Amino acid sequence: MNILNLFVAIPLAMLFALWISRNTKQIRTVMVTGSTLLLSLSVYLTIDFIAQRNAGVTAAQLYTDSWSWYPALNICYSIGVDGISVAMILLSSIIVFTGTFASWNIKPHTKDFFLWYVLLSLGVYGFFITTDMFAMFMFYETALIPMYLLIGVWGSGKKEYSAMKLTLMLMGGSAFLLMGILGIYYGSGATTMNIHEIAALSNIPTEMQYIFFPLTFIGFGVLGALFPFHTWSPDGHASAPTSVSMLHAGVLMKLGGYGCFRIAMYLLPQAANDLAWIFIILTTISVVYGALSAISQTDLKYINAYSSVSHCGLVLFALLMMTRTSCTGAILQMLSHGLMTALFFALIGMIYGRTHTRDIRQMQGLMKIMPFLSVGYVIAGLANLGLPGFSGFIAEMTIFVGSFMVDDTFHRTVTIIACTSIVITAVYILRVVGKILYGEPCNEEHKRLTDATWDERFTVICLIICVAGLGIAPMWVSDLINNGVGDIITILRP
Amino acid sequence: MDFTILILALPLLSFLILGLAGMKMPHKWAGAIGTLSLTLVTILSYCAAALYFGAGRNAEGIFAPITPYNHTWLPLGGTLSIDMGILIDPISVMMLIVISTVSLMVHIYSLGYMKGERGFQRYYAFLSLFTFSMLGLVVATNIFQMYVFWELVGVSSYLLIGFYYTKPAAIAASKKAFIVTRFADLFFLIGILLYGYYTETFSFTPGETLLMSAGAVLPIALALMFVGGAGKSAMFPLHIWLPDAMEGPTPVSALIHAATMVVAGVYLVARMFPLFIDYAPEVLHIVAYVGAFTSLYAAIVACVQTDIKRVLAFSTISQIAFMMVALGVCTSSNPHYGGLGYMASMFHLFTHAMFKGLLFLGAGAIIHAVHSNEKSQMGGLRKYMPVTHLTFLVACLAIAGIPPFSGFFSKDEILAACYDYSPMMGVFMSIVAAMTAFYMFRLYYLIFWGKSHYEEQLSLYSAGKSTHKPHKPHEAPLCMTAPLVILATITTVAGFIPFGNFISSNGEAYHIHINPAVATVSILLALAGIALATVMYIRGNSKLTTAINKALGIFIEAAYNRFYMDELWLFVTKKIIFNCISRPIAWFDRHVIDATMDMMATITQKCGNIVRPMQSGNVQSYSVWFLSGALLLALMLIFFT
Repeated sequence: MNILNLFVAIPLAMLFALWISRNTKQIRTVMVTGSTLLLSLSVYLTIDFIAQRNAGVTAAQLYTDSWSWYPALNICYSIGVDGISVAMILLSSIIVFTGTFASWNIKPHTKDFFLWYVLLSLGVYGFFITTDMFAMFMFYETALIPMYLLIGVWGSGKKEYSAMKLTLMLMGGSAFLLMGILGIYYGSGATTMNIHEIAALSNIPTEMQYIFFPLTFIGFGVLGALFPFHTWSPDGHASAPTSVSMLHAGVLMKLGGYGCFRIAMYLLPQAANDLAWIFIILTTISVVYGALSAISQTDLKYINAYSSVSHCGLVLFALLMMTRTSCTGAILQMLSHGLMTALFFALIGMIYGRTHTRDIRQMQGLMKIMPFLSVGYVIAGLANLGLPGFSGFIAEMTIFVGSFMVDDTFHRTVTIIACTSIVITAVYILRVVGKILYGEPCNEEHKRLTDATWDERFTVICLIICVAGLGIAPMWVSDLINNGVGDIITILRP
Repeated sequence: MDFTILILALPLLSFLILGLAGMKMPHKWAGAIGTLSLTLVTILSYCAAALYFGAGRNAEGIFAPITPYNHTWLPLGGTLSIDMGILIDPISVMMLIVISTVSLMVHIYSLGYMKGERGFQRYYAFLSLFTFSMLGLVVATNIFQMYVFWELVGVSSYLLIGFYYTKPAAIAASKKAFIVTRFADLFFLIGILLYGYYTETFSFTPGETLLMSAGAVLPIALALMFVGGAGKSAMFPLHIWLPDAMEGPTPVSALIHAATMVVAGVYLVARMFPLFIDYAPEVLHIVAYVGAFTSLYAAIVACVQTDIKRVLAFSTISQIAFMMVALGVCTSSNPHYGGLGYMASMFHLFTHAMFKGLLFLGAGAIIHAVHSNEKSQMGGLRKYMPVTHLTFLVACLAIAGIPPFSGFFSKDEILAACYDYSPMMGVFMSIVAAMTAFYMFRLYYLIFWGKSHYEEQLSLYSAGKSTHKPHKPHEAPLCMTAPLVILATITTVAGFIPFGNFISSNGEAYHIHINPAVATVSILLALAGIALATVMYIRGNSKLTTAINKALGIFIEAAYNRFYMDELWLFVTKKIIFNCISRPIAWFDRHVIDATMDMMATITQKCGNIVRPMQSGNVQSYSVWFLSGALLLALMLIFFT
């Protein structure tokens, strides 16, 4: 029995259990049990993976397995993980776990909410464990569709508009993606859909690569908030309920970066090398532009959404630099951004649940009213602006050092431009902290509000521990990822 | 030297205890935990110093650096990695002494100063965090570790400036301090990246061949690092955050914004000194010019400020600039020929930390007594606060450079180094030194001499002209005066420490000798400054003062407003970054990019609307369409075949 199958089996079992559960208590039991199982499983997977690597297992992919699914098109359900996927699975489990607690009191239609929520996580896990392009695409779509309902039904504000916009834009991306995948499939001789086999063949003609690299990269890039296809993100996040924002920014946006690296760059290395400059320019814009727009936003979630554009831009930016260090940094940044944004969105959701506003001009002095949430917010803010001791610093520094290893003027210049984001980030984070947390409470109504409840505290503490843990002891994760990145880099930079 | 790890571990531990459990503790416990851990750190630091210097010089005649710990923290590929460790060498040991001493004094002092404050535990937690980060910074084994702790001291400074988080001025000041220093850190980071790439290591001592091959890039990298140092050490024009940082509690100003964190930039340049002197002497001279200009600028501004903490803040900027100048005027690494400045700078760093810490703590006692920062609320305090008065006077004499107080010795070495470099520089810095004496004694007289504000108010009150009974100024409690006395003692005797025996630019022993010509000139200038201050301010504002104020009206107005540097800062941040860049970008995003996406959706919808009527469900219209289509096809078949 391959342990990876459990990552699909457990969510399926959860779906069934949710379907037959009758009251909120049962639903919660199912969710907590399931997500705890998933979390322990991924911790076990991580430890076992590291142990195997330390024992000298050098195969690129571990836990591999394959079942033919649709032989006519060579589609298989093939699974296998390397360091990158293990890190991503761990991240997903943490977010799914904490997201469960963040949506503890979701109403109405609690059962339906969790059904979609679990389906979404099923898609995410499936995406990270499979090594077959088509299966990946299928899981990718599975993760996208529930988003529409989760935002459209349980969201707030202009929820129908946002849900529609998000879904249509991401579907547009999927259309590009499908073309790209089919192009890769036929370009490589239409013998296999397995990405590692295609990479080993490495027989896609250069002219075809030039066509299909941009398609695939943009297809995934839309989800990775690539400028100028990022505008679904602010609206989508603003309307989504807390745990969905967490899962979306925390995990779903990572699918974009992961896909860009795993499919677009890995399978089309020639075009990736030749066309990288276009996307480097776009991602540099993302990094600076996202941060600058965040400065003048007034809605907490918009600030964070733009901040995500900037940070996810850095992920793609680092991937395109194509050095081993920068790509390790990119994956670290995915982890770090996932945890930090989840923390941020969780806190924003909790604050919004009390004040019923996210407008920073209408809040002040929350530190006195809800010290726990406010301290959590300050910590999240400091982590976000890259304070040493938190994960953001590790990721950013790895990226910058890695990007500096490419020593021509163009790459140097864009790296320095991207570095400026550390200052701009500080500006918008401190602006918000100063405005809403410090000072005297301005709204009489707010003075009656209460601090976090136990489930909220639990969510926040878990995430802070993860963010700080990664920031204080980065070497093991860094090694884990570095290992996985190596194989792809050797193909990109022979 | 394995125990040195405790020097870092103890403050961290006390930060964690106070940070996690502090709110549940009584104030006394929190204070006790913080102070106890710092006492231990201080003892350990002195032990480290005694053991290190006691072990004597090695065969080459220098104190060899020791690295008891050095572990890879984050591997970065290739030969690069961020290491965490402890480096014990003369300057890091000296910094350990400075930081632990001043920090301990501040911890004890705060027991009285912060008594009963809301957030007392938080205050001690932040103090511990700061001490940990600052100690980590000075014992860094490589430039990246320094950067890591550099950021951490930045954030502790941010948290402590904003300690009174309900006060708008404090919020703005903390934000400004963080962002300005962060901006400087950006250059520091780029400098580190360049340095790391070309030397293939982040350590302070890269291989010779790599340094040679780095060639022209190394000076650039070092210059960028200096920009980072200039931000932390408040060099013009990045000094704007420091005066505002005085919004924090006064003991914090003493610790962070006078004695320790603000000298981090000087320490950075000193740490990289071997590279500067061998590969980038021209950058070192830029350091000297920036320092010289800053010292003059800050001295001018300090002469006219009315808030006593601001006077001290500008005096700090000016004194740190002295240290920068001293490093900058070095022309070789031999202390006897052109390398004197290095020793002088470190010496001044040491003595300045003591007397400036003392001045701030004294100012804190005064503020505590009169409940105001404005000197108009003071005057004649010498009767009410004898201990504070005497210790403050000692510190003023030290900073003015009057023997036998420590400031005389260190400043004299700096001036000697400046005269060695060029007579112009020497004369320039001597003038600034005279101004130092003037503004410090102006401050001293205005606080302790002249008409007592309290007595004036009291007479008004007893005459029935005022309904408000003034509060009688009182001497501070023992836990506040004891640190003052200790620091005053150190200030008095520190000048006689044979400093050159321990620290010099190339590590060889150097015997300090006073250059009679330079010493005479500097003493005379200092006395002249003091005399002028005495004439002008001993009885409050004299006629002479009024006349001078009148003659220099606009200039004094401009200096009082710090030559409008803060307005410039506001203009750049508010007008340019916020209104001219960020707003338009946010608008562009919503109304151009997003609108394009919306437009695509709208077009699709419009097209749908055009086609939709065809699917009307009306049989007649279907038949019309069907017939016309069939006819069209028939016609096409006829004509095209």
